[in-house]
Amino acid sequence: MDTKKTTFNSRLLPYLLLAPQLFITLVFFIWPAAQAVKSSFEREDPFGLSTVFVGFLHYQRLFEDPNYLDALSRTAVFAVSVTALSMILGLAFAAAVDRLVRTGKVYTTLLVWPYAVAPVVAGVLWWFLFNSSTGLMPFFLEKIGIDWDHDLNGTQAMILIIIAAAWKQVSYNFLFFLAGLQSVPQSLMEAAAIDGSGPVKRFFTISLPLLSPTTFFLFIINVNYTMFDTFPIVDATTVGGPAQATTTLVYKVYQDGYLGLNLGSSSAQSVLLMMIVMVLTFVQFRYVERRVQY
Amino acid sequence: MFKKLALAAAALALSATTSLAATEVTWWHAMGGELGKKLEEIATKFNESQSDYKVVPVYKGSYPETLTAAIAAFRANQQPAIVQVFEVGTGTMMAAKGAVYPVYKLMKDEGEAFDTKSFLGPVVGYYSDTEGNILSLPFNSSTPILYYNKDVFKKAGLDPEVAPKTWKEVEDFSKKIVSSGAAKCGFTSAWITWVQTENLSALHDQPFGTLENGFGGLKSEFKFNGPVQVKHWANLKKWQDEGLFKYGGPVGGDQAATMFYAQECAMTMNSSAGRAGVINNAKNFTPGFAPLPYYDDVTKEPKNSIIGGATLWVLNGKDKAVYKGVAKFFSYLSKSEVQADWHQFTGYLPITNAAYELGKSQGYYAKNPGSDIAIEQITRGTPSANSKGLRFGNFTQVRTIVDEEFQSLLAGKKDAKQALDSAVERGNKLLREFEAANN
Repeated sequence: MDTKKTTFNSRLLPYLLLAPQLFITLVFFIWPAAQAVKSSFEREDPFGLSTVFVGFLHYQRLFEDPNYLDALSRTAVFAVSVTALSMILGLAFAAAVDRLVRTGKVYTTLLVWPYAVAPVVAGVLWWFLFNSSTGLMPFFLEKIGIDWDHDLNGTQAMILIIIAAAWKQVSYNFLFFLAGLQSVPQSLMEAAAIDGSGPVKRFFTISLPLLSPTTFFLFIINVNYTMFDTFPIVDATTVGGPAQATTTLVYKVYQDGYLGLNLGSSSAQSVLLMMIVMVLTFVQFRYVERRVQY
Repeated sequence: MFKKLALAAAALALSATTSLAATEVTWWHAMGGELGKKLEEIATKFNESQSDYKVVPVYKGSYPETLTAAIAAFRANQQPAIVQVFEVGTGTMMAAKGAVYPVYKLMKDEGEAFDTKSFLGPVVGYYSDTEGNILSLPFNSSTPILYYNKDVFKKAGLDPEVAPKTWKEVEDFSKKIVSSGAAKCGFTSAWITWVQTENLSALHDQPFGTLENGFGGLKSEFKFNGPVQVKHWANLKKWQDEGLFKYGGPVGGDQAATMFYAQECAMTMNSSAGRAGVINNAKNFTPGFAPLPYYDDVTKEPKNSIIGGATLWVLNGKDKAVYKGVAKFFSYLSKSEVQADWHQFTGYLPITNAAYELGKSQGYYAKNPGSDIAIEQITRGTPSANSKGLRFGNFTQVRTIVDEEFQSLLAGKKDAKQALDSAVERGNKLLREFEAANN
């Protein structure tokens, strides 16, 4: 099949066509990011009445602060758990719905619902369910011998925010996986079936490899989600506690900058967070993408 | 001729409406729910009392959210005329000299009567500079008190009219309550930092920080890891292990109120402003009110407790006419009828002596036993350097740190001394940062 090749002679046109996107990126991303970099080198009072250049002081303080280093490893645990949990569940649900012929639409609608819920609402919902004195879950957990109190037990608090954050993201992953599964050529599946391979084998040897671009895309999106979009969940569910057990990097940025009005340190933290995500994305593209078959 | 006349009339009508348009005074506040409704009622009544100014209250969320919103607005030159700032933000506001229009100066500039002595000493001292000038208008000040469940006390074989006075009694009563099965836990507490650390220090005349708890300048250091505080935290941990005390959650401790209402815990310590809530929520029991307990082996006469709540700060950069309106509104707010009404409705302290006297002459305290506990507790004795209040920069973050260390203590990761030492050390770092940023 021949693709029609069109050549544009104007040198300006491509730039013009890109301009709106570039403008938006500049205003809503590059400019604020540059501001953050600038204020990470400054010490400023909350009202902005006096500003002093302090160089790398804020960064130096962060790396000397054991709490910040703890938050780093904690964030890694959180990001990996949420990404794995929400992607595996999303894929499982997608595979299940894909096999349904008549009721698929109903299940799709139901499964997409959590995505429409605001993160804060999701957080509050799980907070209610697991509330140690009035919640439903601790009541059941007590019957099987688990004493649930995420106000004091750091591990339980972490489990709680992982569940809450993953629950919200499952829908998104589900939708993409479902679309991916539905575009797997039927002929391949039929041929495999005729050759005698069962549904499980077909799923792992045909569907899953063909889903690799979707998986790769979702992987990056999910890591970004856990790094940036989860602070309302933490705020509504555990407020970063107990004793910082659920203070992730992004929550610390919010806490120090928004609540503590410590703008310099908060900016330095957000710059570091931005760099971490940039490095992660780079690594993913450089090494993981090699395994992706388009 | 007629045309001209009509034109003139029209012009007159037009100018009349412009001069009638009242000057707007925006007021950002953090009072939700019932308190917010009452606040709006006050603004409406002021607006109806005159026609030159219109106070527009805007709810901005929690205290930290309101403060952050006001600061962001100030930086964008969109600030409100009045903003309600919680006592923790006092250090931040005081340091922001270019942003704040001190209330004493505003009242003098606008020729409004403003007598410092008419205000309640412990309340107004918190918000005055070293020369005794009031920088922000006290509006809703509270102090923590003890709430207890009279029915549970009866069930446990205790006299429902006698509340525990000392911590020893709190322990004994709690043991009786738990062992008799009258309730699952003896006591809980909201605001661990404010009630069990800051107020504990004030009550026992222990310093929370050097330089008169920060009143003497930005060079102060935290000192709340003294023997009394360590002993108290260690006790709380011990009582938790024995099932007498139950943690009410971080920051304000929402769980504390829930556990008290659900009769899970027989006693709770919380802001006096929670009084209305307690009365409304105590559906199946009679609540009792009492002063905060103390250690009688440390002091025989506990000092006054210290306040919480918020004051109204005026921000710079508005028109002269707006400030005239602010001054008029502040005079209105300080009226004893307005103050007494707000105080009696909410459980916040009356901010003027006249409002307290008015309540007395109305027979309010006689009709509502326990409603004067907060004011009696905060006005008892002579305030010392350790009990007149706290003034530290970055204090919002410091409170978070104290909360975290308390959680480490309860989770068994640190003992009381280690937890408090670590809180002091981390807090001091924030104080030095604040000092550097505000020099």
